[in-house]
Amino acid sequence: MVQFFKNLVKNKVMLFMVLPGAIWFFFFSYLPLVGTIVAFKQYRFSREGFWASIAKSEWVGWKNFKFLFTTDDAFIITRNTLLYNIAFIFLGLVLSVAMAILLSELVSKRMAKIYQTGMFLPYFLSWVIVGYFAFSFLSLDRGMLNQILGWFGAEPIQWYSEAKYWPYILILVNLWKAVGYSSVVYLASIMGIDKSLYEAAMIDGASKWQQIRSITIPMLSPIIIIMTLLAVGRIFYADFGLFYQVPRDSGTLYSVTNVIDTYVYRGLKTTGEIGMSTAAGLYQSVVGFVLVMVSNFVVRKIDKDSALF
Amino acid sequence: MAEVIKRKRDFHNVSRGWNVVLNIIAGLFAFLCVFPFLFVVIISLTDEKTLARDGYRLLPAKWSLEAYRFVFQTGDMLLRSYGVTILVTLLGTLISLMLISVYAYAISRKSFRYRRFFSVYAILTMLFNGGMIPTYMVVSQLLGLKDTIWALVLPLAVNAFYIMILRTFYSTSVPDAIIESGRIDGAGDFYIFLKIVLPLSLPGLATIGLFSTLGYWNDWFNALLYIENPNLVPLQSMLMRIESSIQFIQQNSQNSSLSMTALQSIPQDTSRMAMVVLATLPIIFAYPFFQRYFVQGLTVGAVKE
Repeated sequence: MVQFFKNLVKNKVMLFMVLPGAIWFFFFSYLPLVGTIVAFKQYRFSREGFWASIAKSEWVGWKNFKFLFTTDDAFIITRNTLLYNIAFIFLGLVLSVAMAILLSELVSKRMAKIYQTGMFLPYFLSWVIVGYFAFSFLSLDRGMLNQILGWFGAEPIQWYSEAKYWPYILILVNLWKAVGYSSVVYLASIMGIDKSLYEAAMIDGASKWQQIRSITIPMLSPIIIIMTLLAVGRIFYADFGLFYQVPRDSGTLYSVTNVIDTYVYRGLKTTGEIGMSTAAGLYQSVVGFVLVMVSNFVVRKIDKDSALF
Repeated sequence: MAEVIKRKRDFHNVSRGWNVVLNIIAGLFAFLCVFPFLFVVIISLTDEKTLARDGYRLLPAKWSLEAYRFVFQTGDMLLRSYGVTILVTLLGTLISLMLISVYAYAISRKSFRYRRFFSVYAILTMLFNGGMIPTYMVVSQLLGLKDTIWALVLPLAVNAFYIMILRTFYSTSVPDAIIESGRIDGAGDFYIFLKIVLPLSLPGLATIGLFSTLGYWNDWFNALLYIENPNLVPLQSMLMRIESSIQFIQQNSQNSSLSMTALQSIPQDTSRMAMVVLATLPIIFAYPFFQRYFVQGLTVGAVKE
């Protein structure tokens, strides 16, 4: 015990340094963990505050979960979250690696820099702004797409109430926002590949295409695998902004735009089903945790340095 | 590959024909990335009546600055939102850098007895979180931050991922020998951190600071959860609110010269787009100068200790 206090005193400067951050983690990460027990309660808001609200809510056991999984919602939000993320990971990977290789092959490095800067723009914009951009194309009476349809004599489409188009729209918008950034990241590692490899290949008469297939892609594969596995670890988490802002919270589209995160949010702000939404959130955290652990384990096996922990 | 012959000048490069094709593809994609912004700029410069008749056109029949005039006339709301966003961004980035830099430094030092404990304490938060609703309860009920500026600042202040990036940065770019020599000269831990470690870590701090700045500037989610007071609405959140009604501007404008009858003649669509343009301009001008830090950040983050 005395030793413990001696150690505390000896490390006092360092302890003082971690203290503010540690307090932050306590309030913004660890206390909410305690709050997840609401998932097992019939939540009743109490004016006396956080603890009173939790304490005064009645225990209901697994009822919130049972209820959640007997509705269609659980299936729909899980399916949407997973399928969209799989599409984003796969298409995003193919497009951004292709674009990175393409940029690296351009003769004029100045042009490559200019294109890069253009492609990077969407990364810096918020989903609110992107939502407006999408609206300028999809608006029923004024949007560009319906005007183009008009030139061909086609009927205008009510984009914001026709669910069948939204999987494509959401995938397109997400790729538009993400591909530029990740291709610049892949490009950075292509630039790091030893030039003498290409010289040796050229002396052996390898064509450009053969060089890409046998040098560039194999050299990129560690970072490709790691980025992909890290994304797989987050496959149970959806990008709230994309699914909330771009479809403008349109109710008729929920069957294809509702993901776990938007479901939880609506439970909090619209429907008021606090217990069930917390249950959905906890379900996401638990499955998400398992996936992060598994993918991190796989990353560790491949390349210890790139693991998250 | 029939173009082998052409490869005389510099055999590193692709042939001229391919170079043109690749330039077209890359240029087209780059253009598509920028195009929606240009389109919104054009819409904001369109005459409102022309717009009602023709829809959003790339080349409108009649141009007009009316939307911008209206926005500046009722500008107090835009200015207030700008003010809130700038305040939150400055305050947030500053707090965030202060908390993260010292935490990361402490757990990067081998001499710190509890470094393992505090590393795990931070990393665990990346793996498992309570989710939106319990966090909402803590912030609004326990901490009582609802409808205060702190609800926009504090939830984004610390991030375990940034701590890990910075910890790696310290341990790779600040040699132990320098710290040891500082200690031999009799400098205390805190003095060493301020006078030796921080100056050496400026690139790392800049990266984290810029990520943080972008995060605060673009944040609308915390405002969506915690802010109802119109005086505390940040820029992105204001854009969300005018989406549903331009009357929001009306109600929140102290400019009494706008009568109720003027309401009908408000350039609704165009002024909304003008707001979007005005909110985006700072980013458009700033990001080309800072983009390399954002690439760095991810590569630093991808190569862990």
